[in-house]
Amino acid sequence: MPHLARQIGQRLGLSLLTLLLLSIVVFAGAQVLPGNVGRAILGPLADPAAVAAINHELGADQPLVLRYLGWIGKFLLGDMGQSYVFRSPVAPFVGAALLNSLKLAAVAFVIVVPLSIGAGVYAATRVGRWQDRTISIAGLSLTVVPEFVSAIALILLFGVWLRWLPISAAIRPGTDWLEQLRRLIMPALPLVIVLFGYIARMARAGTVAALEADYTRTAVLKGLPQRTVIFRHVLRNALLPTITVVASQIGYMIGGLVVVETLFRYQGIGSLILMAARGKDLPMLEAGILVVGALFVLATLAADMLQAGLDPRQRAR
Amino acid sequence: MSERSGLGRVVRSSVFLAGLVIVLFWVGCALFGRWLVPIDPYRDDLLNTLAAPSAAHWFGTDQLGRDVFARVVVGAGPILSVAPAATLLATVAGTALGLLTGYVGGWLDTVLGRLIEVLLALPLIVVSLLVLVALGPSTITVIAVIAIIFTPLIARTVRAAVLAERGLDYVAAAELRGESAANIMFVEILPNVLPPILVETTVRLGYAIFTVASLSFLGFGIQPPSADWGLAISENYGMIVGGYWWTVSFAAAATASLVVGVNLVADGIQAALE
Repeated sequence: MPHLARQIGQRLGLSLLTLLLLSIVVFAGAQVLPGNVGRAILGPLADPAAVAAINHELGADQPLVLRYLGWIGKFLLGDMGQSYVFRSPVAPFVGAALLNSLKLAAVAFVIVVPLSIGAGVYAATRVGRWQDRTISIAGLSLTVVPEFVSAIALILLFGVWLRWLPISAAIRPGTDWLEQLRRLIMPALPLVIVLFGYIARMARAGTVAALEADYTRTAVLKGLPQRTVIFRHVLRNALLPTITVVASQIGYMIGGLVVVETLFRYQGIGSLILMAARGKDLPMLEAGILVVGALFVLATLAADMLQAGLDPRQRAR
Repeated sequence: MSERSGLGRVVRSSVFLAGLVIVLFWVGCALFGRWLVPIDPYRDDLLNTLAAPSAAHWFGTDQLGRDVFARVVVGAGPILSVAPAATLLATVAGTALGLLTGYVGGWLDTVLGRLIEVLLALPLIVVSLLVLVALGPSTITVIAVIAIIFTPLIARTVRAAVLAERGLDYVAAAELRGESAANIMFVEILPNVLPPILVETTVRLGYAIFTVASLSFLGFGIQPPSADWGLAISENYGMIVGGYWWTVSFAAAATASLVVGVNLVADGIQAALE
């Protein structure tokens, strides 16, 4: 399969180029920060000599190109720099936060993927009827509600009135995993609500197209039971584009995490980025955003490969 | 059969009409709310803070004693000026860029393609945060950031539509007549790609509202003492545990209804034009 190899090579190259541009954008964006770093750390009343000294110590007085190369070089070796606020390496913060966010994202995906694919496929088997229209319009409307709005509704309903779920997701050391999971349900729900509409729409569109395809008609005319037709012929073709949508939503997901983690006081990568933004903690902000962007590029790449692997047409072509 | 296509179908769609009613309601509040509300939405009343909804204060008061009803009505204003302004800027710039890259092509097309991939690799909120930290939060910055991020996305849609048009006979005819490239792009092609631009603009408006509201909630969008809904929720959500549900619920419901309304309008237009 030399063609597939070339395709994968091309896709990898594109991903690397995207990552390179991404790092330049993040670095450039962060360097536009008003004032200088030393001044930001020491405050407006500090002695100019002290400011210059700390700038020199941090390397903030060197030319931009050198600073970029130094920054990205160390970054690739796992050294994400020193936090201006905590005066300690950034990497452990980013690592711990990322792990927490992955837990939250996993809970959200575990809830939303079966739910939305199920709803989308069901809607497709009832095209044009009220069940289809209800699922489509509800999904479409829920998708555009900002997470903090649905989170407020959920907190009031499940946290304050019914008292079923805790309203803070903060994890203290020693909390067992079952309690952690319970605390993650409510923060995961706003993400589920936004993602549901997207994934359900793609699953529905894919299923509708597959149901109309010739191979489905052949399968039905062959006399195969409806169950077999749906599971063996329709779903396999319908869910391919859905995989890409699920992966492409990882980028959105991280934006959503900023809001949700802040609202529920959960120490993830989203709240880390916001904390760094509020504290103007440049290295932390750069590292957080770059890690998030890299994760998204990798997820997209993985989805493309998975889709190519599952689709015999892409393999053969 | 012209009634069955285009505008006639848009207006008859019940989804579109429902959305339009919601959006027009909030536009009305944004334009005239200041004169309709019985109480000054910005006046503190420190002897009457966190009062529950009553005849005097229909939606209660917030932690500074400000009337929540008045603030929800007036709060439609900021988001309905910031989000459309950003969307409009991005539509104008994105259309021009899309026409250029689609019709002229070349290196500009390649650069734009790469740029879009990078932008899409970052969540909107995170990119906005980065820029807003760099430049400092202000209404103008928020508009500029969202407009800049949306421009290449709109350009991509316009470009795709232009690519489909440029192979058609009327473009070839215009080229043979010796019309200038600018003329062909803006006089010949532009009128024919307006429907997808309209759809893209309404969809983007929905995203713009979502983003502005979220940024305001995070403290990097519309700034105090504005009555903006996202800001109101950000200022008061810490108190819902204490049972002061009215300080945030009405602003949350207002935000939800506005985004759903805009989205229904966008969906109605899209369904009718396709």
